Amino acid sequence: MDFTLTESQSLLRDAATRLVADHGDAPDIWQRMAALGLLGIGIDEAHGGTGGGFHDHAVVLEALGGGLVRSVYIPTVVVGAHLISTAGTDAQQAVLLPKIVAGEMTVAVANAESASFEPCERIGTQADRIAGGYRLSGVKPVVMGADTADVIIVSARTGGGPGGREGLSLFLVATDTAGMVRHGYPIVDGNGAADIAMDGVALGAETLLGTEGEAASLIDLATDRTAAALCCDAVGAMAALNALTLEHLKTRVQFGRPIGKFQILQHRMVDMTIAEEMARSMAVYGADEADGDERVARGKAVSAAKSKIGDCARTVGQGSIQLHGGIGMTDDYAAGDYFKRLTAFEMLAGNSEDHLERYAFLGTA
Amino acid sequence: MDLSIPQELTDFAAEVRAFIRAELPDDLREKVIGRRFDILSADEKRFWQRKMVAKGWGAPAWPVAYGGTDWDVLKRHTFNEVVADEGAPMPVPFGQGMLAPILIEFGSEEQRQHFLPRILNLEYFFCQGFSEPGSGSDLASLKTKAMRDGDDWVVSGQKMWTSYAHQANMMFCLVRTDPEAERPQQGISMLLIPMDDPGITVRPVITLDGEHHTNEVFLDDVRIPGANLVGEVNKGWTYAKALLGYERTEVARIGLSKRLIKMVKEAAAKRTVNGVPLTETPAFRRKLASLEIELKAVEMLNLRMLSNVRRNLPGNEANMLKIKGSELQQDLTELMMEAQGTDALRFDRDAALDQNIDLFGDVDYRGDVTANYLATRVVTIFSGSNEIQHNILAKELLDL
Repeated sequence: MDFTLTESQSLLRDAATRLVADHGDAPDIWQRMAALGLLGIGIDEAHGGTGGGFHDHAVVLEALGGGLVRSVYIPTVVVGAHLISTAGTDAQQAVLLPKIVAGEMTVAVANAESASFEPCERIGTQADRIAGGYRLSGVKPVVMGADTADVIIVSARTGGGPGGREGLSLFLVATDTAGMVRHGYPIVDGNGAADIAMDGVALGAETLLGTEGEAASLIDLATDRTAAALCCDAVGAMAALNALTLEHLKTRVQFGRPIGKFQILQHRMVDMTIAEEMARSMAVYGADEADGDERVARGKAVSAAKSKIGDCARTVGQGSIQLHGGIGMTDDYAAGDYFKRLTAFEMLAGNSEDHLERYAFLGTA
Repeated sequence: MDLSIPQELTDFAAEVRAFIRAELPDDLREKVIGRRFDILSADEKRFWQRKMVAKGWGAPAWPVAYGGTDWDVLKRHTFNEVVADEGAPMPVPFGQGMLAPILIEFGSEEQRQHFLPRILNLEYFFCQGFSEPGSGSDLASLKTKAMRDGDDWVVSGQKMWTSYAHQANMMFCLVRTDPEAERPQQGISMLLIPMDDPGITVRPVITLDGEHHTNEVFLDDVRIPGANLVGEVNKGWTYAKALLGYERTEVARIGLSKRLIKMVKEAAAKRTVNGVPLTETPAFRRKLASLEIELKAVEMLNLRMLSNVRRNLPGNEANMLKIKGSELQQDLTELMMEAQGTDALRFDRDAALDQNIDLFGDVDYRGDVTANYLATRVVTIFSGSNEIQHNILAKELLDL
């Protein structure tokens, strides 16, 4: 048992941290990430990737969160590429994965269908068989990265009925496919998302990802990987925000001394620091389990992490604005950007309450 | 990054579990589970300690030369977790976990040779004479004084919250030996005091749970030979501070909380509300899930600390673990009380020990859960209150 980073993970962390510090808000950050090889993590070397597991993603994600980088790393690399690698045909992998590695293609993953966090059983988007393929109809709200994605992995029913795990399938839908309607917008942290609507979108049979009707476990996998990845990003944001707040406590002078000399502020800062460490502990746990194949064990671990870290994020985010005082309310100061990042984190891929409920459900199932 | 538990450690845990199940008498186990460690008599504590010594597990954290083991922190953590989970008595902490490491680091060879074997087999049952009526969190303000008289020390004063002074036959005691010192911390020494001295009076302090765990101790011209001074005169504060660093990986009491959460589940499974099992009511289920997750988070923080300690990396996790581990114990004893509904009103501690007293059939409640809830309020107060832990973290970790 060893929680320290391997040598290659340390190098990865240093490279990612440096990139983020130097070019985190550059318009070409995605190309720079590709040039560093970050978009090939977890992808087989045969397709130009560098391999590696979720802990490698975790290192990159923490740097991205710490630098407030806006990117589609999670839907494209952590989830999209993984689904393609896991379930894709040789041809799909050969075409799509090298483009992802090169930064030439981004992917979104569209599963949820309501404003509530629901299991895949609730998916109702229809995929009807037609000659040579399928016809998709349905709506998917707030799909992360779908505003700019080239391909959206869409879940739909090829069989079974609402409430069942059978009959779910995944499709690789190019966003320029006729009939695919997207309404894009920024979410609270500045990352992009889109609502997508499909009204009889005709797809070729080759767009099916994985075995028809057997995508439920892949959808669960996507949910867990998304949540686990968000947790790592949030830990990076919390660490950076705590550092910012601590610096403020040491430099802001009121009543003739730095405000960090006041015990009530010290204790709140300590609580925020403990929250960061508890969050980091759970993020490691979630990341470790996110590569697992056992649905219940993985789901429980990831939901435990998302639920706990959501609470920690609230402690750190709200606390930081309070300890900053008035300056914390201004929109051009970084504390607010981190607070928004953490606020988005809480809501993305199921909030703390959702995951607490899911944990309890999986635990008693 | 490798979070897997080595097979060797899993096997070891199974070995410890099997040994405890074979050797631990049921009544002792039930007492430990019912009222934690506290209701055991000195003889019962000795009985179990000597069994563990015979097995070679009497003082795992000590060096092998003094009867300890060569286990690393992870193996010791595993051991402690199984011991707590199985309801076996934990070692009396004062002699084994606190004084002994001080003697090993700062004591004379004569003291080590004399005291360590007797601490190990609990022939010497030590209590800790630190707090005083006017000196709790501000321990360095202590007033109990020791005056030189030839080679001896003559001690007078009062100690407070002296746990198990009524069972102990020795006390390691902080005393003021230089009232003129520039800083109060510089005038304190540590003495080893026999409790059978006629100048010592022990008075019980009954705590909220109705139990006798702790005491006040009066010292009236107690004469102590010079050989019972630990280390050097006026260095007692240094030793007391060193004590904070011993076994700091174990402050979260993960094993205890794991046992508590199992008990909560067992109790909840026996109760129904409106015909629905308590474990399936949304409010209770969420509370339980929330604490199970909290336990996992504290455990992961603890394991991260063990990993760091094994690599000699510095850290302040111990203060965090004290805070979060103690809060968790309190939350769990609170939920245990809730899980029993109005049955928790029965302040009937013997019901936990005698399963045959209920007139209405099988006893399906524990009569001690409210007592435990009350008793567990202490865990955020002792060993440096959680507020003091915050102060330490603010200063040492955050440099505020």
